[in-house]
Amino acid sequence: MARTLDRRPPPTVPPPRGFRKALLVVERATKEPIWDCRMCGQCILHSTGLACPMRCPKNLRNGPCGGVLQDGGCEVVPEMRCVWVQAWEGSRRLPLWRGHMAHLQPPVDWRLQETSSWENLLTGRDRRVPAAWSAR
Amino acid sequence: MTGPARSGLHALLLSGEFVVTAELQAVDSADPAAVHELADLLRGKVDAVNCTDNSAAHAHLGPLAAAHLLLDRGVEPILQLTCRDRNRLGLQADLLGAAALGVRNVVLMTGDDVSAGDHPEAKPIYDLDSIHLVRIARIMRDEGRYLSGRPLEVPPGYLIGAVENPFAPPLEFRPMRLGKKVEAGAEFVQTQICFNVDKLRLFMARCGELGLLDHVWILAGVFIPRSARAARYLRDQVPGVDVPETVIERMEAVPEHRQGELGIEIALEIVEQVRGIPGIRGVHLMSIRNETGIVRLIERAGLLPRPTTLAAPVA
Repeated sequence: MARTLDRRPPPTVPPPRGFRKALLVVERATKEPIWDCRMCGQCILHSTGLACPMRCPKNLRNGPCGGVLQDGGCEVVPEMRCVWVQAWEGSRRLPLWRGHMAHLQPPVDWRLQETSSWENLLTGRDRRVPAAWSAR
Repeated sequence: MTGPARSGLHALLLSGEFVVTAELQAVDSADPAAVHELADLLRGKVDAVNCTDNSAAHAHLGPLAAAHLLLDRGVEPILQLTCRDRNRLGLQADLLGAAALGVRNVVLMTGDDVSAGDHPEAKPIYDLDSIHLVRIARIMRDEGRYLSGRPLEVPPGYLIGAVENPFAPPLEFRPMRLGKKVEAGAEFVQTQICFNVDKLRLFMARCGELGLLDHVWILAGVFIPRSARAARYLRDQVPGVDVPETVIERMEAVPEHRQGELGIEIALEIVEQVRGIPGIRGVHLMSIRNETGIVRLIERAGLLPRPTTLAAPVA
């Protein structure tokens, strides 16, 4: 399952070295098996009930599409439960972060694919959004 | 939900009129007459007409061209754009281009996946989601700049619409998701096709509790099945539509030549029920090659004559 939906573009950043590489390796080794993480480099798992939104075949960051099947299956891969059905259920179990489901998430910065979201969190890189998005 | 009218549809919504919009049949012809003929059937019967963007993920005549051809014939278009076929550059280019051609209403959505269509091997885009696109359309209009921050010389002046599906899981999240669309900048919403009025009632009640109904006009989607086959197609081929078994059974119970009439009857029952739901400000009519059904329904629902709208202001 993990890679059948993978529509990731190839990484556009040079491979990291040293500490940055170690961070990337550890993040991948923990988040991929637990959450089927897609290494988007701008992690919002805690805002989406711990369901990775990049597993959605439409890469939706703000909620489900209108095509969810009546049984909660994904429109694109009917045998998979909709990521956002999982996100909604997961978010109800999170005491601190459940309200985050209502937050507007900015567009994805596709340059961050295959980079470490931990590094991007520490440097603030994951909070950089297009100029007109941040102004409102 | 105040201010000067951006379009004829906007003027009617502001005046409190119960509005009627319809979806233009997908066109597969390079002859402009194909769109002009459909426009002539709908002119004066509906307030505005949606130009779909490769609906059900099948390639068709593009929505920008269709909108332009509708304007030729004096029909107010609503331009649909999906995130499936274009990235953020293409979408902003088309939003600006549409405004320059005289389009005064847009409806922005994610779009059915390519796997639902006749080119399932295509590369889907999904650079943005529908909520991103709504907000970007609003930034272009209200701040006069692209997402990047680069200024526009003359910003677009369209009314911004979105879609919502009150009938698909996760049902409890749907009103909150609508709230996100309103926060992003949506001013009106057209719902997915409604057969299950109870679900719509619950959804609307929850939207009321969230305080959304003072900030967004909601039009209920209504389908006019021409035949039992059309109803089955909708259930089996169009993602996210909840077609109850009772509707299919009712259609199948009558001979084929009377199914069109019954389809209008079924749609009429739904229009009458949704009109009574607080916050429903109009209907959005859809069919599969059944313009006469749309017009007959509007007549029988007592929605004619349509009010004449003021000339839309120039952006």
